[in-house]
Amino acid sequence: MIFKMFPAAELEDLFALLAVNRIIGPISKGLNKDGHELFDFDHVTDFSHLKIAYTQTIHSAKKFCLPHHEETSTFTFTGDDWQKEVDFGAHQPLVLFGLHPCDINSLNKLDKVLMDSIYPNPFYGAKRQNMLIIGHSCTPQPACFCQSMGTDTVLAGCDLFLTLLGDDYFAEVHSSRAYHLLEQLDCWEPGAKDHARFRASIEKRSDSFTNTVDTSDLTKILDMEFASQVWQQWGERCLSCGTCAQVCPTCYCYGIEEKVDMDLSRAVKNKQLYSCNLIDFAEVAGGHNFRPESHTRLKYRYYHKHRGFVEAFEEALCTGCGRCGTSCLAGITVPEVIASVRGGSHDA
Amino acid sequence: MTHKLTTKSISSKKGYTAKEQDIAFFEYSHKAEITNIYPLTANEKLYQVQIIDPDDRAAFSFKPGQFVMLELPGIGEAPFSISSSPTRHGALELCIRAAGNMTNFLDRTSRGTKVGISGPFGTSFPVEDMEGDDILLLAGGLGIVPLRAPIMSVLENRSRYGRVDIIYGAKTPSDLLFKYQYEMWKQFDINLDIIVDKGDSEWTGPVGMITEIIKRRVAEASGDDFKHRTSAIVCGPPVMFNFVCEILNHTGLPMEKMFVSLERRMHCGRGKCCRCNIGSTYTCLKGPVFDYWSVLNLQEAI
Ligand SMILES: Cc1cc2nc3c(=O)[nH]c(=O)nc-3n(C[C@H](O)[C@H](O)[C@H](O)COP(=O)(O)OP(=O)(O)OC[C@H]3O[C@@H](n4cnc5c(N)ncnc54)[C@H](O)[C@@H]3O)c2cc1C
Ligand code: SF4
Ligand code: SF4
Ligand code: FES
Repeated sequence: MIFKMFPAAELEDLFALLAVNRIIGPISKGLNKDGHELFDFDHVTDFSHLKIAYTQTIHSAKKFCLPHHEETSTFTFTGDDWQKEVDFGAHQPLVLFGLHPCDINSLNKLDKVLMDSIYPNPFYGAKRQNMLIIGHSCTPQPACFCQSMGTDTVLAGCDLFLTLLGDDYFAEVHSSRAYHLLEQLDCWEPGAKDHARFRASIEKRSDSFTNTVDTSDLTKILDMEFASQVWQQWGERCLSCGTCAQVCPTCYCYGIEEKVDMDLSRAVKNKQLYSCNLIDFAEVAGGHNFRPESHTRLKYRYYHKHRGFVEAFEEALCTGCGRCGTSCLAGITVPEVIASVRGGSHDA
Repeated sequence: MTHKLTTKSISSKKGYTAKEQDIAFFEYSHKAEITNIYPLTANEKLYQVQIIDPDDRAAFSFKPGQFVMLELPGIGEAPFSISSSPTRHGALELCIRAAGNMTNFLDRTSRGTKVGISGPFGTSFPVEDMEGDDILLLAGGLGIVPLRAPIMSVLENRSRYGRVDIIYGAKTPSDLLFKYQYEMWKQFDINLDIIVDKGDSEWTGPVGMITEIIKRRVAEASGDDFKHRTSAIVCGPPVMFNFVCEILNHTGLPMEKMFVSLERRMHCGRGKCCRCNIGSTYTCLKGPVFDYWSVLNLQEAI
């Protein structure tokens, strides 16, 4: 891997080099009820709006390749015939500026199921392949358990990864595009002193995580505890609102709905991201519901992420970003759910 | 110097080359025409659906047990088992019950309606591996629909199989599907047993549980022979296949030789929407056909 250093003040120059494109980055969205600043990814035109030292965004960056709502195709009717037009929805390239490691890794996970498996999804792929991603180091927050999920560092999935070391950036150059960009900045080759600073910085960060999840043998434990009472207790708290899936960077399930225009000349086929916690997720025509109780749906969400996905791809479908727990009105968090399931029925 | 990125595109292709891995075909459906509609019962009709493009039609092949996604533009898209012969490249036959939004709309359409077809999707009944065996085909209710494609396969290659039994249970005589084919099946040396939960004035056949007939059939078979030379396909509601597979399991028939077809909600058929998951298994990719051993290993299956 090629490493470079440049003065932190030149981040603005990097932004300016890319500003002919649509840049998405963390911006402020006001304060929450406790007075903490809220952030979200949005279109940034002015560098001064970019909150690069953000804690975490409310939503992840998945919405830029996996929108919550998407028109997948349209039909035009002529007589008793019709034509279908499909639009994969990649109209312009995007620069994602300042993604944290967990959010870069979430896209890598989505790639596995949406791109690198049978029937790759062009709606996702078309947008995904038109992204330039600049990662940025972060400070672990109380809800973060990415270290337990192995997503606290970035091995791939971005063009450039920047770690702030005092007044300088330590840059990991992952693509030739990024290499060319850095040629425009006042870069230098990191020396032994810079390497030492980098190591000290990542060690300090590693030691600052406060939240953990024990994932050892979790796939087996989830199988063993499938009938455990603890699921029912979590189910009683869950409101089946689906918020967790909306904020989750790795949830991708959806529903399809078709609609005819009022004048019957045109119809659309819409894709809406869904949530397996919503009551009709597994309901079929005639009214039979394969998961009628909220605990069976909540359990399924964990089961898919921490067992099924692991079985298929040797990693969990969870980055440990903690967003679901932070947003959940019932206060249901992944570390608590998994700890209680690991504890077995008697501890609950 | 600025860095303007260029848009890379994935083109949506018009021609169909049956390359399911090709990303551009994800949302592609063959335009097809409903060429014939036969009412079978008050709620179910048989639809013959023909892919309009002759080359695409000739290239479309499937295995018994697989399903297609049928799309009515503006109304909806849903999975249906292909209920016709896998070796004839004419019209596909779908037997559809009016159960919800799209299927009720379909119930009111007429011959000539243009629909979209994509697929085939999913796993199939391994009829070729079953050659040389006695075949038990067990259906409850609408389960006869996915069973009809393997029945056709077995009929077309009758000499390659030993004894063939179809045991079919329905609620009432008026719910029975494909009545017009029973005589033909029998002429191909197939033992056909039909049983209903509740008879009517004209019904002269047996009344009761399908499991009674299956138990009798199993008892008739001479011990060891049965488990060594039988393959079974069971289609029906979960309670039924659960009971039936347990009866078969007691005979010592290997679970890998018992097949079921499972149904779940589906919105894509391509392993992307997650609506069909059982535990964490995609029914549309790893199923709908599973052997009984796999079913026992699926959390949430029964
Ligand atoms: C592999 C497979 C094979 C099937 N084969 C047949 C068949 O041969 N004949 C037949 O009559 N029915 C079959 N079904 C069931 C059939 O798909 C549903 O009856 C149909 O989806 C109902 O659609 P709807 O729009 O009328 O119902 P609505 O209740 O309005 O459903 C809306 C949408 O939900 C989904 N959905 C609802 N119920 C089901 C269901 N039972 N299975 C899957 N998706 C569902 C579909 O995407 C549907 O478009 C099969 C289902 C599966 C999974
Ligand atoms: S876990 Fe929380 S956010 Fe998710 S559905 Fe239940 S109540 Fe809503
Ligand atoms: S499940 Fe929760 S912690 Fe895991 S990736 Fe999704 S939102 Fe983040
Ligand atoms: S039907 Fe969409 S994942 Fe199986």
